[in-house]
Amino acid sequence: MRHKTLSGWLMAMPLTLVLVFFLVLPIIMIVIVSFWRATEFSIIPDFDFENYEFLFGSNVTYRVFLNTFKYAAITWALTLAIGFTIAYFLAFHVRTLTWQIALFLLCTIPFWTSNIIRMISWIPFLGRNGIANSTLISWGVVGEPVDWLLFSDFAVILAFVHLYTLFMVVPIFNTMMRIDKSLIEAARDAGANGAQILWNVIIPLTKPGIMIGTIFVVTLVMGDFITVRFMSGSQSANVGRLISNDIALLAYPSAAATAVVLLLTVLIVIGLMLRFVDIRKEL
Amino acid sequence: MTKVNRRTLLKGGAAAVAGSTLGAPMIWAQNIKDVTLRQFGTGVSNLNEVAQKVKEDLGFTLEMTALDSDSVTQRAATQPNSFDIADIEYWICKKVWPTGNLQAMDTSKIKNYDKIVGIFRNGLLTPESTIAQGTAPHTVGFTSGPDGTDFVAEESGWMTLIPTIYNADTLGIRPDLIGRPINNWSELLNPEFKGKASILDISSIGIMDMAMVVESMGEYTYPDKGNMTREEIDLTIGIFTEAKRNGQFRAFWKSFDESVNLMASGEVVIQSMWSPAITAVKSRGIPCIYQPLEEGYRSWGGGIGLSASLTGLERDAAYEYINWYLDGWVGGFLMRQGYYSAVPETSKNYMSENEWGYWFEGKPATDVITSPFGDPLAQAGETRDGGSFYDRMGSVACWNAVMDENQYMVRKWNEFIAA
Repeated sequence: MRHKTLSGWLMAMPLTLVLVFFLVLPIIMIVIVSFWRATEFSIIPDFDFENYEFLFGSNVTYRVFLNTFKYAAITWALTLAIGFTIAYFLAFHVRTLTWQIALFLLCTIPFWTSNIIRMISWIPFLGRNGIANSTLISWGVVGEPVDWLLFSDFAVILAFVHLYTLFMVVPIFNTMMRIDKSLIEAARDAGANGAQILWNVIIPLTKPGIMIGTIFVVTLVMGDFITVRFMSGSQSANVGRLISNDIALLAYPSAAATAVVLLLTVLIVIGLMLRFVDIRKEL
Repeated sequence: MTKVNRRTLLKGGAAAVAGSTLGAPMIWAQNIKDVTLRQFGTGVSNLNEVAQKVKEDLGFTLEMTALDSDSVTQRAATQPNSFDIADIEYWICKKVWPTGNLQAMDTSKIKNYDKIVGIFRNGLLTPESTIAQGTAPHTVGFTSGPDGTDFVAEESGWMTLIPTIYNADTLGIRPDLIGRPINNWSELLNPEFKGKASILDISSIGIMDMAMVVESMGEYTYPDKGNMTREEIDLTIGIFTEAKRNGQFRAFWKSFDESVNLMASGEVVIQSMWSPAITAVKSRGIPCIYQPLEEGYRSWGGGIGLSASLTGLERDAAYEYINWYLDGWVGGFLMRQGYYSAVPETSKNYMSENEWGYWFEGKPATDVITSPFGDPLAQAGETRDGGSFYDRMGSVACWNAVMDENQYMVRKWNEFIAA
């Protein structure tokens, strides 16, 4: 008995150590630094709530957090709609496993290039004299180039959706593939139509996949700063940009305080989502 | 009792002979090839061509790292052991020098010191010049002695930075897309260019461009644009926040390449810009003017500073490098991109008469002007935007600066970006 618990502990040890050193300790460090003070050049160890006071006292913080939630919510809704549709098509419309795998790999091909490249390549496409605008003009859809295509919230969300839809497709596809086909047959035999099967059988059974995809997308969008900077032409801000601005100006304690607040916010969001779906139970 | 045997005697003797007869230059020549100096700075003068030429002419290795202005300041202030030579701007020097991370340089070791232009010595371009607002280079150019961490007004013989490069900045415009003359800074906020203007997102420089615009609009006249009060900062950023909300700006740029792309693609027709960015747009065959404006230029200057930890052979090599820098080759290289050299007359030897006439004297080009990289920039008969060196540097309205209320300004700037 004793021996068994010991070997269990030993087996868990490597992962525990890695997590402690590379996850827990850095986070503790960030929390500690968030109470320090900074002048223009130096960081002074202290226990001071100034960083938090400034953060919560400025209405910019609230606006920026609101903006971050806005990006996360819209991106989540779009990636879910697109990701679910793609996964549904792959899992239920494509008949053979070979084609399923082939088409799934096709979805992943764009992800072989760098994130940044995929994002930046939108800039010439959407620009005032870009391909999108010249096509629209030649079709006679618009007379003047459309400005809101680039350097706008539209561009930011477009890039987010493009970058992160796959993170929705993969877990949803995975759970859909495990759905027992006989359940669908049974539903059909019991007289359910296609929409009813989707709503009462498939969606409830893919919830864990949806939830995993949601966690990916929401955390990625809320933590991003570079997409917002490039696609909005530096005109919009999210929390990530506040942090990166602080770091650029050597205000590490203030950056750490913002990071702590962001981390807590994201944890609360994920905590709420997990109350609706128990991933462990349903996996 | 000391034993003197043959071996120790020979050893000592050989060393003594080597020391006395071969002398320092030989040791220098032997060791200098092993010296590596680590230089970092903003992109403008951190050019690989310079490092290659140093290897050719001086024999030692110069490793260059290019960073943006914020990172440069940070690194100079916090990581003094990560560099040997800091290639920084004067306003950065004002922030960094008091930390003691840089060492004062003995001007008697600088061969061309007497030929350095007045701007960097007593602040006067010509004896009749007036000194512009902001952090004028000569005000932070000298310190009291070898260990000084202060600034002194007179030429004390100990320099904080050796000036290397400077220029007068203004707005860049696309004449083909604007189609009328632009003469004032206030045009940046002209509703005519709604959605087609841009300003740079580097707070310390952006605020100065803003101040030039606000003053030109007649909204306010600053006692010192380079050192605003909180109320003045609020006023300035308030005007721009309103313009931003009205959709005046297409984008903000942070890096040189972004400004080039914004202009070249026609997304933006008027924006704050740097001289080589204009050159880069022009070299793609797209018309672009570095528009001289009535209110004058916003100017900046850069120089080389030595890390406080640099000693011995490395420091000698660094002085050698500085003397080489002022000797003309780099000056010519930089001037052919539109910058100015701290010792213009030495650069003349490395430029053709046509190039010197075009870039420095503001004369019409007699033949095609090409960049150091071979791209044609101007045809025969064209003149440089803004004219001669004395015309351009003589109408500087303010220098890039760092304010007493810097931290407040930075916070306000962040609000502007988030607005």
